[in-house]
Amino acid sequence: MSFPLPEPTPLSQPYWDSLKQGRLTFQRCRKCNNAWLPPRAECPECLAAEWDWTAASGKGRVVSWVIYHHAYHEAFKERLPYNVALVELDEGPRLITNIVNPEMGIAAERPVILKIEDEHGVALARFALI
Amino acid sequence: MRGKYVIAGIGHTKFGRLPGRGTVSLNVEACRNALADAGIEKSVVDALFVKVPTSRYSSMYGQTLSEAMAMQPKVGGVWDQGGATNISMISFACMAIDAGQCDVAIVSLADDPKTGTRQAYEKAWGDDAAYGWFSVAAGYGLTMQRHMAEYGTKPEQFGEIAVAVRNHGATNPHAALRVPLTLDKYMESPFIIEPLKRDDICLVSDGAAAVVVMSETRARELGVKAPVRILGFGQGQTSYDVPLRPVLTETMAKVSAQTAFKMAGLAPKDIDVAQIYDCYTIAVMMTLEDYGFCRKGEGGHWVEGGRVAVGGELPINTSGGLLSETGMPGLQLVMEGVRQMRGTSVNQVKGAETCVVSNQGGIMTTHSTLILGH
Repeated sequence: MSFPLPEPTPLSQPYWDSLKQGRLTFQRCRKCNNAWLPPRAECPECLAAEWDWTAASGKGRVVSWVIYHHAYHEAFKERLPYNVALVELDEGPRLITNIVNPEMGIAAERPVILKIEDEHGVALARFALI
Repeated sequence: MRGKYVIAGIGHTKFGRLPGRGTVSLNVEACRNALADAGIEKSVVDALFVKVPTSRYSSMYGQTLSEAMAMQPKVGGVWDQGGATNISMISFACMAIDAGQCDVAIVSLADDPKTGTRQAYEKAWGDDAAYGWFSVAAGYGLTMQRHMAEYGTKPEQFGEIAVAVRNHGATNPHAALRVPLTLDKYMESPFIIEPLKRDDICLVSDGAAAVVVMSETRARELGVKAPVRILGFGQGQTSYDVPLRPVLTETMAKVSAQTAFKMAGLAPKDIDVAQIYDCYTIAVMMTLEDYGFCRKGEGGHWVEGGRVAVGGELPINTSGGLLSETGMPGLQLVMEGVRQMRGTSVNQVKGAETCVVSNQGGIMTTHSTLILGH
């Protein structure tokens, strides 16, 4: 059974490489200081093409979440029910993720901390409620 | 432009499972029926606005359909805003006619996700699939959860919407799902993607619909029997994908409605009946708030007590909407708005003189608004 692993592009490769090394990164614009994810070639605010990969603190908060009771991919059938959450980093960018300790009670605005986990050989940016 | 243009005819196919037809054939049938309803010949039509079929993309689909109807329209092609496309195309048709670019326009939509592919609705969202992030429904679930967390909206309040719309559809002979719903049954409905229950989610249907747009003057010249006036329209594109949306519980539906109400010279309190895009109950809740029928966050309380059912203050989706009539993205709501203004709905709201219709696409990513009236 195939697992739907990320398919890095030249643009997103550094993001996945950093996670493998234990760091969550996001893009920060050199012109206007805007910070964003997911990876894109230009700053969506000022449209500049000059930016840097920046390490995140790993701290954030839950914006919202869902619990899947139906698997849209074979690989997730045995994980049902599983959660997918939207986390906003303290630095601003948001990402889709999983909460690793949902038994603590997922709730909006609850603080979370980065917990990088291996998934079929790829490092994913998951989060733990604190 | 208020009241200067009309919907002169409406037409549709059967709704549900229509194997072996394909979208071109479905579109042609809907156009044929819309022309017959308007009582006009195909030869007077010189514009063809087509929604790109969601279930299967093909290049220059508008021209494929023109050829299938032996037409060479002055203005013709596809537009893609998902479900918001229909009302947007009706407004573009009015503007094109007003600018002298064409005279009589057909706006048409067909899709066959039931017998074709549902890929558009069940897809993974890029690399986030590794986290199990799949489907359009999940985006609505994320929005619904946030609405509940931020405003204390209760499952039963979403149930009020589902019950009203499903019960309207139950009396519509054209509806694909004619099974009435109670609040108890809604609450027992299983979670698909929590907090979304099965009964919060619209149907997946094959089918087509079309409407004919022209000026009121032209309609009189052509002897159109039951033209319905277009009083206002507007659009607003939220565009951001749900995870990136600054505020999850607000969309550009607000701007779309403000534009349409301003053009019509009306306010929400002047609306007698509404057809609100109900792909998911949360979409209805947020649209009612964004349109100004109640304040942001108060939608849950506002829909209680049958307010949105026929007999209530603002009956919505009187033919069953996407939850019950057909999962088709949006044009069925426009057609029901036309029937309400003609006085021919199966759930006719007595004395209704104004109807607002909302269309939206993606996960509340696009939006358009139409106001019909006497």
